[in-house]
Amino acid sequence: MSAVIELENLGVRFGTRDILRNLTCSLQGRTIGLLGPNGAGKSTLINTLLGFYPPCAGTARVFGFDIRTQMRQIRTLVGYMPENDSFISDMTAVAFVRLMAELSGLPSEAALERAHESLFYVGLGEARYRKLGTYSQGMKQLAKLAQAIAHGPKLLILDEPTNALDPPARQRMIRLIKEMRDSLAMHLVVCSHLLKDVEDSCEEVVILRNGELVNYSNLEEERRSNRRFLEMEAVGANEEFVEAIESLGCECAMTGDRRIKIVLADSIEVRDIYRLAAEREIQIRRLSYRRDSLEDIFLKAMDSVPVVKPEPRPEVVSGRL
Amino acid sequence: MAVYKRSYKAYQGELTREWSRWTIIPRYGLRGAFRSKFMTAFLVASFFFPLLCLCAIYLRYNFSLLEKINLFGVQRLEIGGAFYWWFVKIQSFFTFLLATFLGPPLISKDLSNNALPLYFCRPFSRVEYIFGKFSVIAGVLSFITWVPGLILFLVQSALAESGWMRANLWIAWSLFAGSCVWIVILALLALALSAWVRWRVAAGALMLGVFFLGAGFAQAINTVLRTDRGYYFDIGSMAGRVWSGLFGTEPQIAMTQLDAWIGLAAVAVVCVLLLDRKVRAFEVVK
Repeated sequence: MSAVIELENLGVRFGTRDILRNLTCSLQGRTIGLLGPNGAGKSTLINTLLGFYPPCAGTARVFGFDIRTQMRQIRTLVGYMPENDSFISDMTAVAFVRLMAELSGLPSEAALERAHESLFYVGLGEARYRKLGTYSQGMKQLAKLAQAIAHGPKLLILDEPTNALDPPARQRMIRLIKEMRDSLAMHLVVCSHLLKDVEDSCEEVVILRNGELVNYSNLEEERRSNRRFLEMEAVGANEEFVEAIESLGCECAMTGDRRIKIVLADSIEVRDIYRLAAEREIQIRRLSYRRDSLEDIFLKAMDSVPVVKPEPRPEVVSGRL
Repeated sequence: MAVYKRSYKAYQGELTREWSRWTIIPRYGLRGAFRSKFMTAFLVASFFFPLLCLCAIYLRYNFSLLEKINLFGVQRLEIGGAFYWWFVKIQSFFTFLLATFLGPPLISKDLSNNALPLYFCRPFSRVEYIFGKFSVIAGVLSFITWVPGLILFLVQSALAESGWMRANLWIAWSLFAGSCVWIVILALLALALSAWVRWRVAAGALMLGVFFLGAGFAQAINTVLRTDRGYYFDIGSMAGRVWSGLFGTEPQIAMTQLDAWIGLAAVAVVCVLLLDRKVRAFEVVK
């Protein structure tokens, strides 16, 4: 699969201050989460990809188009939902979305049709003839989403899409993001500092800190690998039991009196461990999969050193640094 | 709406040509501007003087009608450079007021609603945006300056003796050039103030201030410093000097035509620089 976004030693500087430093990665997932604490450079990275800020070093490519020389082609393929309120308050939602669709290149009649469809899709169908200035915060977020998808972008960039939303509205936004992801019609970049939103909707996560890339995780792979890692508490567990597990090809370690950590071999299932325990009359009191949540990954990333110029690893399937 | 359309579907149709997209801005801009009845009424009122001039030209060449209504004074009306100079001068006042009403909301509305990132995240450049906004003002102002002016010129050419048109083609050029200079200055100034003062009422007031306070300031400098350099602060006087040169009338201020052109060009450059600084998706605070 070709990369959606490639960063190549990308740097952005405002005055004498480096906002982004030496970002290098290749992202290929359908839904990419951009995480980081406030001021990490998430929005700056998005704005640089959209050509709003010029890079001071390196470059980036979106669908292979270079941000330094092919910005017009990039903008044709991208839909953008900004973080802050962005609309024209004395326009009706349908006129606003139509204007934005026309600016993206849709003919006037098609733009009108798409504006109606987009507003219905995001759930503003009944309110589409109301002026945007009269909308609630949640409705404004949805209107921003409607203008971003009206022209059918190949890449949708959502900057803090669940900002200022109440729980039902947040759920609705996450559901829309998942629906669009599952439609396979577009790739999504979700920029947020809310880990739950990203965990719910993204396959890949890039974590920034102080303008540097500190972690890349493929959440799907993490979830898969976590399913092979067991933590067990067993009464009567002894060295002989551990050796029996190891003889199956698993990695195993006793960490306490009753506690055993196991990395299952590919051909081994949990029921094989149960069978071994039953044969030796060992009581398994607790058995759980390790669940490295995004929060753990994020906290680890906050303590770790930045990822600088990783070696290319062509054997890795997708998006590894 | 059909239920099947409520799931997300990408747009598969054709796209418009890139060069034509700037025309979207004036289309929406004009629709928004003339939603106001006042603006429509004012535009109609701006045609009063051109209509009066048309009547004067018609009467000038229709002696029988003049006899009937006993209005022989019109017969002595000389229709040449001075006539059209008056036409431009009077219409310039209407264009100034129209630009003051029309210009301020054009960019300030987008800036105050933070809508510029939405324009510029699309295949649509800042130059196209500014040109689109410029064309809203320029289009409307053209409609009451050089367009009726050239119609008057054609009517005059049709009614006057043969050869008049050929001999006076320079008037048509002066009408067009003089009006365009004024329109460009007004449009750029209105847009620049609209971009810098996000509150449309304040931007309108500032537009009036630039012209009226500028004229007062120019007079004060001229009087106090006993110089003529103060006219560089009076945009109206500089434009008037340019028109005098174009129509061959007596200049009303002690300023060379070249200086007036340079002064107006400087105003235009400053406005473009102000627009360049303000019309951006995001403002970087260093």
